Amino acid sequence: MADFEPKIVAFVCNWCTYAGADLTGTSRIKYASNVRIIRFPCTGRIDYMLLLKAFDEGADGIMVSGCHPNDCHYTSGNFHARRRWIMFRSLCDFMGIDIRRIIFSWVSAAEGARWADIVNTTVASIRELGPYDEYRKIAAKPIMEVENHG
Amino acid sequence: MSKIGVFVCHCGENISSTVDCAKVAEAAGKYDGVTFSVAYKYMCSDPGQTIIKNAIAEKGLTGVVVASCSPRMHEPTFRKACAEAGLNPYMCEMANLREHCSWVHEKGEETTQKAIDLVRVLVEKIKYNHSLNPIKVPVTKTALVIGGGIAGIQASLDIANTGHKVILIEKDPSIGGHMSQLSETFPTLDCSQCILTPRMVEVAQHPNITLYTYAGLESLEGFIGNFKAKIRKKSKSIDEKICTGCGLCITKCPNKKIPSEFNEGLGNRTAIYVPFPQAVPNKPVIDRIHCTYYTKGKCRICEKVCPTQAIRFDQEDQIVEAEIGAIVIATGFTVKQPDFFPEYGYGKYPDVITGLQFERLASASGPTLGEIRRPSDGKIPQKIVFVACAGSRDQAKGIPYCSKICCMYIAKHAMLYQHKVHSGKSYVFYMDIRAGGKMYEEFVRRAIEDDGVNYIRGRISRIYEKNGKLIVNGADTLLNAMPVEIEADMVVLATAGVANEGAEELAQKLHVSYDPYHFFAEAHPKLKPVETNTAGIFLAGACQAPRDIPESVAMASGASAKVAGLFSQDELTREPLIAVVNRQPAPVYSSCVGCFLCISACPYQAIEKEELRNRNGDLIRSVAKVNPGLCQGCGTCVAFCRTKSIDIQGYTHEQVYSEVMALFNEF
Amino acid sequence: MTLGFYPGCSLKGSSREYAESVVAVAKAFDIEIKEINDWNCCGATAAHNLNRELSLALPARILSLAEKQGLNEIVVPCAACYSRLTVTKFELAKDPELRKKIVAANGLEYSGTAEVLNIIQMLNKYVTTKLEGRVVKPFDHKVACYYGCLLVRPHAILKFDREEDPQLMDELMLKAGATPVDWAFKTECCGAGLSVSRTSSVGRLSGKIIRDAVDRGAEAMIVACPMCHSNLDMRRGAINSFLGEKISIPVLYVTQVIGLAVGLNFKTLGLQRHFVNVTV
Repeated sequence: MADFEPKIVAFVCNWCTYAGADLTGTSRIKYASNVRIIRFPCTGRIDYMLLLKAFDEGADGIMVSGCHPNDCHYTSGNFHARRRWIMFRSLCDFMGIDIRRIIFSWVSAAEGARWADIVNTTVASIRELGPYDEYRKIAAKPIMEVENHG
Repeated sequence: MSKIGVFVCHCGENISSTVDCAKVAEAAGKYDGVTFSVAYKYMCSDPGQTIIKNAIAEKGLTGVVVASCSPRMHEPTFRKACAEAGLNPYMCEMANLREHCSWVHEKGEETTQKAIDLVRVLVEKIKYNHSLNPIKVPVTKTALVIGGGIAGIQASLDIANTGHKVILIEKDPSIGGHMSQLSETFPTLDCSQCILTPRMVEVAQHPNITLYTYAGLESLEGFIGNFKAKIRKKSKSIDEKICTGCGLCITKCPNKKIPSEFNEGLGNRTAIYVPFPQAVPNKPVIDRIHCTYYTKGKCRICEKVCPTQAIRFDQEDQIVEAEIGAIVIATGFTVKQPDFFPEYGYGKYPDVITGLQFERLASASGPTLGEIRRPSDGKIPQKIVFVACAGSRDQAKGIPYCSKICCMYIAKHAMLYQHKVHSGKSYVFYMDIRAGGKMYEEFVRRAIEDDGVNYIRGRISRIYEKNGKLIVNGADTLLNAMPVEIEADMVVLATAGVANEGAEELAQKLHVSYDPYHFFAEAHPKLKPVETNTAGIFLAGACQAPRDIPESVAMASGASAKVAGLFSQDELTREPLIAVVNRQPAPVYSSCVGCFLCISACPYQAIEKEELRNRNGDLIRSVAKVNPGLCQGCGTCVAFCRTKSIDIQGYTHEQVYSEVMALFNEF
Repeated sequence: MTLGFYPGCSLKGSSREYAESVVAVAKAFDIEIKEINDWNCCGATAAHNLNRELSLALPARILSLAEKQGLNEIVVPCAACYSRLTVTKFELAKDPELRKKIVAANGLEYSGTAEVLNIIQMLNKYVTTKLEGRVVKPFDHKVACYYGCLLVRPHAILKFDREEDPQLMDELMLKAGATPVDWAFKTECCGAGLSVSRTSSVGRLSGKIIRDAVDRGAEAMIVACPMCHSNLDMRRGAINSFLGEKISIPVLYVTQVIGLAVGLNFKTLGLQRHFVNVTV
């Protein structure tokens, strides 16, 4: 696994984490380049099926990040995201999806250094876990079995 | 068929030093749907923008992706450029190659690859963009101010002076609020009513202000610029148009023993009454709860003596409907009563009073005409104890916050007492002294140094009564918690400032949030102190948190500025990146099943129920509908919707899924 | 049903008249009470000052024994014992890990279902409603009801009466024909364990209590706790020393007052054991 570079997608909210990541850039703090950010108005918007889609498309790791609780630009979006995450995480774990590969965090618009830290930590841990080939195997399996039995 | 233009910016060397911009432009040019791809040194500059505009015109571009800095930086710039070139501004997206890529990674292949990936993501997204137009909502230029204390008065005057109409409603028979009850105000020791009453008169006489007293908000519908308010005018039992305010009825009313609310229970009033002599309007009301006619069917003396026959016993409450564009909440606060404090006797001792009651004693027009006298026996107290933080800053009492104004008014009360009772001795038991305003610290020092008020740092554990004296047990923490026992003649508790009784109910009628203490919630504690999360509703004064007069006035003016800003337009323009519930032709109408989970998710009450009816007017079913005037575009509802019937412009399902897919697939 | 009875150390020793009066009143009202078999000391202040787990294990053992012996309701006349048992129930319900540890240490099952009643609660549940018809010698005196510290605090755990100006004992005394006075030292500290280590402080603190009661016209002090009784009665010497005056106001237990009101015998109620003479 020496050459394996994980592919990580980050779903972030515009008002806090996206701005925080902007601050990381303005501060010229360097971090691992494996993460690609997709912008959302709020973590409340993030439909968690998207996360599964990301795994399906080949992501090795996923990050979801938004405003700290009580600081949501839209008041309560991040509360909903958090509640959803707790249930989704249980469900994924139950289904056998490797939840160590989904990192959920709160990064405010002022936390540029923290964003870099979280990215670096995430990349390092996903690199250790290796590529997430199992997901496609898990996701595809039942369909194949049904087809085989006609 | 998409015709997308990709414009990669070098940003001088900011991007090009680590990202190979030419390569990015080249890669982008190969994507399906991209018909124009170029790199340039400074995309945001005039020549740069011209490149974009020319490309739009010459190539007939249907979408523009600018790969440069953060959209938080220049999205408006490039959208404006596109609009000027005739392309809908919402067909322009930005890929963040600078803050998220070139500035945070080393020069190399991975960095360029990341840049290429980021551009590809936006190219795929933009294929699902729609042209959007800003939303316009009309504005009714009348403001409703709820609460006629100093904050409400200031807000009403400020808004009225900008030329707009104001309806001011106040639940008491007169405006003035708590400020009218004060004797003198800190730090100047100005006579409170002297500075307040001219404003009250101004409100009554202002041509743009309609004043309803003894009135309250019955209900509110609508949204910013378009509210419909129902105001309940409680029956005063007087015909205000013919009452001259002569006051004969008040002098003749035989029912004289009703505790006066204005005097905080320290004096009495009649059943037909005006709360205080300088009341505005200076017309009486009949208190139906205590009036002999309403309780027992007898008397009617006021009716007999009234020179203009203005008494109307059969008068009923009136509901007034008004169309409103903006609302300012200025309902103020109240103070905790002594019966809240078990350690101070559960309200048993008449000489243990609140700060507000002390104000009435000190007031020249109060029940004792300005003399400090004990409520129990009318004697002048020779030893008086002031207790700070009675209730405030106390987790055990459920009031962990600081009530802000007490340190100042205690110093004021102690000073007034010393000025009136030269031989008297006053003690203040405090935890800290909070005197943070202009001239405030100096004011407190005056009390200590000039007027000889004894400040003891410690709390009071118990007050009990013995032989007509109040035994106050406390401790002096600056003397190693030495126990202090004072035989006082009177104790004044600086009781906590709390939200009014009906605050929660009002907040729910208005759909504004409130905190656990029922103070109304501001939209942002630092940067939006006078706005609420409900568009068009603003806050002024102590209804948001305990505060003093200058701050309440400042806040009221701030709220008025917001209202004036709102009213300066005939139409409100809003960003169209909002949620939409799909509509389809009959017989589907919409994939929405009417579960209305979205309504519970929305923090802005922006989603309504719409009844779908057929041509005969029969109800088919109800589905969700987003009010474009209220939706702020968070998209929480979208993630909630089980049937994926609600979507948010700018971040639709298609757009977002296409971004994810684009990331991992080269199209 | 049988009421469990936890006397605690004081009621078997220096305050045995309290136990005698409790038993006498129970008998007079046909309440079957049964002393918990093999009960141990509740730990009182000594245990919780030195070792938290011990301070919970000792009462837990008592509660376990009560459960084991089928006693679902226990009357605990001593206020300190009442406080410890109730606090233990509360703490063990809150912290399952701790509970496991304590149960293991005690080697007895514990379900936390036994109900703990202080003397006032027991009287209000089983005696007060029947009192009206049974009073033959109303206790026609002005009384100062002294609640002490432990009956009403900490309020959040005990949830008994009002913590600053409690009323339940006063109401009970009214029913026995007495006239409770409104006074200011209902819950002030009497000096408690300083009785032994610094008796002069007890003289001062209890002295203030007696002073206020006497000044308000009380003819008797009524208590519901052996410590209170001990300090106000046995330490009268130190009190008189502090007050510079010989005060002879007697101190009676609530159960003794009720006993007298329903015609029970002076000696049956142990009234002769008091330091300050009780003359009825």
